[in-house]
Amino acid sequence: MFCQTEVVQCPSSQQKGGFFMKRGKKRTYAVRRKGGLGRRILSCWQLYVFLIPTLVYFVIFSYGPMYGVQIAFRDFSVRKGIWGSRWVGLEHFQRFFDSYYFSQLIKNTLHISIYSIIVGFILPILLALLVNELRNGKFKSILQTVTYAPYFISTVVFCGMLTIFLNNTNGLFNQIIVGLGGKPVGFLTDPSLFSHVFVWSGAWQGTGWGSIIYIAALAGIDEQLYEAAKIDGATRLQRIWHINLPHLLPTMITLLILSCGSLLGVGYEKVFLLQNSLNAATSEVISTYVYKAGLVQAQYSFATAVGLFNSVINFVILILVNAVAKRISDTSLW
Amino acid sequence: MKKKKMKWTRFDVLIYLIGFLLLLIVLYPLYFVVIASVSDPNYVNIGQVIFLPKGFNLDGYKRVLNTPEIWTGFRNSVFYTVAGTALNVVMTITAAYALSKKRLVGRNFFQFMIVFTMFFGGGMIPTYLLMKNMQMLDTVWVMIVPGAVSAYNLIVTKTFFVNSIPDELEEAARIDGASYFKTFFSIVLPLSTPIIAVMTLFYGIGHWNSYFDGMIYLSDRNLLPLQVILKEILSSAQMAANSTSMSTSEMTLLAEQQKIAEMVKYVSMIVATVPVLLIYPFIQKYFKKGIMVGSLKG
Repeated sequence: MFCQTEVVQCPSSQQKGGFFMKRGKKRTYAVRRKGGLGRRILSCWQLYVFLIPTLVYFVIFSYGPMYGVQIAFRDFSVRKGIWGSRWVGLEHFQRFFDSYYFSQLIKNTLHISIYSIIVGFILPILLALLVNELRNGKFKSILQTVTYAPYFISTVVFCGMLTIFLNNTNGLFNQIIVGLGGKPVGFLTDPSLFSHVFVWSGAWQGTGWGSIIYIAALAGIDEQLYEAAKIDGATRLQRIWHINLPHLLPTMITLLILSCGSLLGVGYEKVFLLQNSLNAATSEVISTYVYKAGLVQAQYSFATAVGLFNSVINFVILILVNAVAKRISDTSLW
Repeated sequence: MKKKKMKWTRFDVLIYLIGFLLLLIVLYPLYFVVIASVSDPNYVNIGQVIFLPKGFNLDGYKRVLNTPEIWTGFRNSVFYTVAGTALNVVMTITAAYALSKKRLVGRNFFQFMIVFTMFFGGGMIPTYLLMKNMQMLDTVWVMIVPGAVSAYNLIVTKTFFVNSIPDELEEAARIDGASYFKTFFSIVLPLSTPIIAVMTLFYGIGHWNSYFDGMIYLSDRNLLPLQVILKEILSSAQMAANSTSMSTSEMTLLAEQQKIAEMVKYVSMIVATVPVLLIYPFIQKYFKKGIMVGSLKG
């Protein structure tokens, strides 16, 4: 019934497991482990029944595409299949690096992504600190409920709203601007404004949701800390700065590392939906480009190479940022 | 009691003012969509609809009710959401339970294998080709099976099991001879309502709002989910509004059509969002718990 690892690892089962322990001690640890492997696996067969469907899923749908990523190094054609296609090495990568839009794509992607990481990192913290300063009551809970809500609006609906509100002639924003005596602004047609529209609309949608974790962390602060600070004469801003912020630091770092891991992974759905021919100069990012090159123009190998370049860079950045965070703050993902 | 009634300082007033402003910023656009959906678009376009509907009519709603495509999309989305979420939750909860047990041989390896997929993947094109090879394009399966488990949600759920369900509880049952299946169903599941609720919400909203999968994997119009139909409605109406070079007779005809098309935009956005808003209050109270367990390492 019992696996032997349990005996080693679970002090709570000592009474029952003691029997095994004594017998096992006579043998060396390694031998005991090896000899018991089959039995240990067998004794948890029910856990495997639970786990195996999910493992199979990941092997097929996550590792399958990772295996298929080799077409980035081949001249893939659907007819010949992966193995029948000619191996061309780094040719597709070379073509991508040499193309005139390469620097533009990287620039757009980095610009939009760094801009949204910064805004998306700071605003939820500010909102959480604000909510934490409100007195417990109806207003506090209403504010929380309302600010979470936009997160659940679908990207399609949200981008639909944006295109309506930001319309050049009759959109809400331009009506206000014109009403105040200004000139209409081409929010979605002026390439220089795309990143602002993207980032600040994202803030409208995601800030409330992003603040939940901070609000929950703030709720865990010991009331006595505030009392002590008060006695020492700290103002409320000082209390926020010296108590609340340090308390949020580990959460902040973890979330920052995670967002850096998708530095080149700007959410393509929203970019794609807000894109038009007029703002394409600044709105084309790597992921939307992969879609167009790969699925619209059917350059499978080339698009896979572009996508692979993107994921490798992301992965490397994640590991680097994580290592730095580990070094300087003891907080890391693993 | 006396100390509880703190004085309102200037700081408090400022904080509440900002809070109130934020409330307005979030709510007004949503409110605007609702009032615009029942107003005459001519008033909406010249900025006359601000606080209350003007030129009240339900033409947009009538048109949406009479558009079979929207209802097919709606029905498809409901199906994908219900079937997909059921599969998601069952697979996630069971696998997370297995991963939460220290006795599972190979646990660290399996976990690494799953977490790795969160940070690295094959990308859009190899995934698409895989679906193609598996003959899944243009079937309902492609909307359900490829997203069956999210690695992130799986780890969140596993952390919940490790942190919130005391090992002793299960230990006692197993010493009495209960199997893993038995302890899972009789002890773990009843204690897992919060995580099941949160997972149902996350996965459910994900399915309902998903657009890209439907767009790239499906071409059969009878299978399209609501979001893809919605996107078509939203952008086609836009196109009509942008085309300006036309004769006068065409103009008047188009003007009338355009009026309804404008309203249909607002109405269809509401139709697509209402189901989410309906379940939102029920699951909202579990948010904090669900998000906390996942983000803070246990």
